[in-house]
Amino acid sequence: MTRSPVLALAQVGVSYGGGEVLSVEALEALEGEVLGVIGPNGSGKSTLLRVLGLLERPTRGEVSFRGRPVDARSALAERRRMAMVFQQPLLADMTVAENVALGLAFRGAAGDGTERRVAHWLERLNIAPLRDQRARTLSGGQAQRVALARALVLAPEVLLLDEPFSGLDEPTRAALLPDVAAILRSDRVTTVFVTHDRGEAQALADRVAVLIGGRVLQLDETARVFHAPASEEVARFVGVETIVTGRVLARDHGVTVVDVAGHKLEVAAAGRPGDLVRLGIRPEDVTLMPPTDAAPLSSARNRLTGTIARLVPSTPGTRVVVDVGFPLVATVTTRSIQDLGLVEGVPITAVFKASAPHLIGPA
Amino acid sequence: MDLLLEGVRQALTLVLAGDSEIWAILLLSLQVSGSATLVSLATGIPAGAALALARFPGRSLVVSAVNSGMGLPPVVAGLFVTIMLWRSGPLGGLEILYTPAAIIVAQAVIAAPIVTGITLAAVQQVPAEFRLQLLALGASRVQMVWVVLREARLPMLAAVMAGFGGVISEIGASMMVGGNVKGQTRTLTTAMVLETGKGNFEVAIALALLLLVLVFLVNWALTSIQQRRAF
Repeated sequence: MTRSPVLALAQVGVSYGGGEVLSVEALEALEGEVLGVIGPNGSGKSTLLRVLGLLERPTRGEVSFRGRPVDARSALAERRRMAMVFQQPLLADMTVAENVALGLAFRGAAGDGTERRVAHWLERLNIAPLRDQRARTLSGGQAQRVALARALVLAPEVLLLDEPFSGLDEPTRAALLPDVAAILRSDRVTTVFVTHDRGEAQALADRVAVLIGGRVLQLDETARVFHAPASEEVARFVGVETIVTGRVLARDHGVTVVDVAGHKLEVAAAGRPGDLVRLGIRPEDVTLMPPTDAAPLSSARNRLTGTIARLVPSTPGTRVVVDVGFPLVATVTTRSIQDLGLVEGVPITAVFKASAPHLIGPA
Repeated sequence: MDLLLEGVRQALTLVLAGDSEIWAILLLSLQVSGSATLVSLATGIPAGAALALARFPGRSLVVSAVNSGMGLPPVVAGLFVTIMLWRSGPLGGLEILYTPAAIIVAQAVIAAPIVTGITLAAVQQVPAEFRLQLLALGASRVQMVWVVLREARLPMLAAVMAGFGGVISEIGASMMVGGNVKGQTRTLTTAMVLETGKGNFEVAIALALLLLVLVFLVNWALTSIQQRRAF
């Protein structure tokens, strides 16, 4: 079934004074999907969301709502078919229930139904007991739940989320994220979700647009963006840390053999013999083991021995850079660092499956 | 010192005895300054909100003018309004010079920049992101401004206090456009000047006490609203 676009951008550009900060040729939020927009800070994500939310007129191009271009006259009516949640909860100095009813009041929809709908959404976001509390007395996580209830109570045709979890501490975020995911899934709320956090995008989004420097560099199903990034820039942003060049030697039974710095790597991706290709490998797909161990009984087809060049603390775990003729990065838990006795200079064997490396665009 | 104490004693007697002229003056002052404050709120709040939210060339010049207007000397306002209302002036046809209406106009001219300036500051301290959030929840521009003003209601009460306090105690404008006509345009302040000039200190002190009590009561009422809402 092809799903129809609810909100669409065409040839949209936004300029502030000098150059364009946003330049999007086409982007569609399809009925019922969660479209993630990821990119580093300052890549134009929030600007994109403000344009989609009809809060900012693009310098050029067109925003369409269900196929009809939005003009200044219809903007308020179209805006009332959407709702947006920002990084800060931005609650008004009222009670929780009054805050949640705010958007309904703007629509002149006050009445018996309001109280029932407000109660329903307070319940679903697990904040029903806070109903009569003043908004300014809430914790950050509670306040963001109120902000989400305030948007969802409007039954928006499109929900726009601008880094809604970024202002929260980790335990609060970990509690809220699955609750939001469950609501978006069960109600099939068409959502555009902007975040700089790759994990959040993987947890929530059906499709992901990678926005870097104001341009959409890749738009694809979430798994494909993370495992088959279309370019090196995207690959680096989605967490592919090992990127190397090699030459295709042969293609045999669905496995391509690529020569990288003298190693014959087996890759489960198509390649023409003789071609130069770029390979990307995610650090969590690489396993480290002592060089003395026998090959594991798994489909790990690539086994490279080298020495540990560097240990880089990060989250989660530690990045281990292994020099195997090229720097190969693996993620290892702090526990394993101790168990394996990993220190700089010791010899180590890195293994990864043929499905781990993927080809990044043309070399 | 005896003069002052004796004055206060006689003043209290006058007030408590319900001297009709003194009470009439008090009532007129309250009516005139209260009306002027309402007019200044009706014009100053929209003007201040518009100035806070709009972006147009020359905006900073207008904001500076408003801020200067907050310190507008009442006599200057009085002079300006007198000329406007003078029989041959642009608004002379209204024939309201030397009536309470003229004092209301002059005092509104004095209070409006105060209310505008405080509204401007109050609205500007509400984060721009909050305004964007309201629009994103489907607010029209008017609804957005309404909620923002509601959000800024504590500093807005300061605008009411400053506006009323500014006009109830001014004298220059009341004297010039009202004329201090007995029983018609004699306010607390103009009467005080007159009685002091005549050496009737006990009357002047009585008026002064009433003025102080009035200003205190109004501010006390507004402050208690402000502080109750604060938590």
